[in-house]
Amino acid sequence: MKKIIVALSLAVFLSACASKDPAKDTPVVDRSQTTAVAPTPNPNLARTTQVQPTPTPAINPLKDPASPLSKRVIYFDYDKDVVKPEYASLVQAHANFLSQNRNRKIRLEGHADERGSREYNMALGQRRSDAVRKAASVLGVGGDRMETLSFGEDKPKATGHDEASWAQNRRVEIVYDGE
Amino acid sequence: MTQRLTLRGLLFAATLTLLAGAFPARAQLVIDVTTSAGKQVPVAILPFANEDGAPQNITPVVSGNLARTGLFRIVNLGGITRLPTEPSEINFDDWTARSTEALVIGGISALPDGRYEVRFRLFDVAKKVQLTSGSFTVAASQLRATAHKISDEIYEKLLGERGIFSTKIAYVLKRGPRFELQVADADGFNPQAVLSSLEPIRSPKWSPDGTKLAYVSYESRKSTVIVQDLATGQRRTVANFRGDNYAPNWSPDGTKLVVALSKDAISQVYVVPATGGDAVRVTESNSIDTNATFTNDGKDIIFVSDRSGGPQLYTVPVGGGVPKRLTFEGNYNVNPRMSPDGKTVAFVYRDAARSLRIATLELASGQVTVLTDGPLDDSPSFSPNGRTILYEDKSGGRGRLGAVSSDGRVKQKLSSQAGDVREPAWGPYGTSSAR
Repeated sequence: MKKIIVALSLAVFLSACASKDPAKDTPVVDRSQTTAVAPTPNPNLARTTQVQPTPTPAINPLKDPASPLSKRVIYFDYDKDVVKPEYASLVQAHANFLSQNRNRKIRLEGHADERGSREYNMALGQRRSDAVRKAASVLGVGGDRMETLSFGEDKPKATGHDEASWAQNRRVEIVYDGE
Repeated sequence: MTQRLTLRGLLFAATLTLLAGAFPARAQLVIDVTTSAGKQVPVAILPFANEDGAPQNITPVVSGNLARTGLFRIVNLGGITRLPTEPSEINFDDWTARSTEALVIGGISALPDGRYEVRFRLFDVAKKVQLTSGSFTVAASQLRATAHKISDEIYEKLLGERGIFSTKIAYVLKRGPRFELQVADADGFNPQAVLSSLEPIRSPKWSPDGTKLAYVSYESRKSTVIVQDLATGQRRTVANFRGDNYAPNWSPDGTKLVVALSKDAISQVYVVPATGGDAVRVTESNSIDTNATFTNDGKDIIFVSDRSGGPQLYTVPVGGGVPKRLTFEGNYNVNPRMSPDGKTVAFVYRDAARSLRIATLELASGQVTVLTDGPLDDSPSFSPNGRTILYEDKSGGRGRLGAVSSDGRVKQKLSSQAGDVREPAWGPYGTSSAR
């Protein structure tokens, strides 16, 4: 219930801002996805079933494939929770966006491959999301704006049982509020 | 060798029976393989009088139950023309000649009110005496449960410890994108989904009285700990703090749960009331502290921490204190589960070849015994008599269950046609009455 109230007030706030910054408009549309109890496995499908109240003229930088902000996934080595140097620019881009958009929050969703114990893989996923949190924290993102979560091995991105699949599953996904 | 062949033949028959029983469209767990070793009690289970006329045969269920323990050799009845169903018909010398130590006879009668009377007698062949007998008047739907009760009585009389055939197991079934929390009989029959979700369900754990399950659900797109009453279906969220809420385990008195929360730091161990409420922190570290389980006296917990590098088992008083490390072999020891007598901890041990194997730690001596071969064995759970450890075999990306005797000598694999079976939890005694 609390979540819905927050969502609504945020929606009102965002629509008030819409004329000033059309780029912020999209989360209002997306909001119904998170408040819905039924999970939506395919976001594209969910979007097509929704009425777009006001077509957004500007491109949302979070969804623009040309923007570094569209890159949301940080991959890890086996049994490791170190954010590799190649992801520095990705984390920096999101830290910059968050510093310019003080009302936005993110969830850092950590995942593990299937080769550990199911219950302890929760901890590994958490170590990974915590590593990204620390990296963003160093760049000035406040802890209250990042929730670190773990899904363990239960939400694999690739369903194969080989190194190529496992490499895709050892990851942290950056998810913005309202997505 | 003959013994082995007999056992195989029987198990094949048992498997067929299980498959035939699966006919009413509900896919259940099927026993694939059993290995056994050591001394087995040779027992003859004779077809019950009139059981073919009943909606459920009793003796195949009893034979299957006893055979699966690996502790009995079911005597082959081939070539015997007249099988007794009454005590007066038994010629004990015939059975001694067939190396039979124990003999079971019985019968079923349909009653005018639609119910059935099931009778059985167990005899000691060498002494030519009746060891026990029983009579049950039940509805048709309870015939299978009655077969389990008879199995329990035979088991206890012959081995001197309680049987587990009337208990329940819970597990997570992954069916395509769907997660189901299922409760089934200990032999995998009568599976019932108590929860279904498109988001992950994990870590089912029975309350000590067998009336509730605690588990982790992602239905709100993050981990929360939920307690569900099995009789009423009522669900209560008992831990939904910022961050992750996972790895629940009940206190021995059923009033509290130990959980791992990341609300204040990276995963730490807390205790929450089983009805929900404030979380009291137990561990204080900068490391991952998780996967906790209460000791049987409820005073201490055994938990997993990576404070020394890789995850290891530790113990600490629930009220806090300096943790004592329990495992030293290997760099990955996780998922501790207490044995019913509180003397042994089953856990997941990763060997030098990175194979996950089920092992036990004897608390008094520190002795570690590796029971399974891996490569991806997980989530051990003791049977309530401590005799068997049920676990998840994740190898090959196909979730199925394995069972190993706590001495490592008897091994079984159980699979389901319906999907991947995960994270088994063996319920306590008395759960059959909780339906």
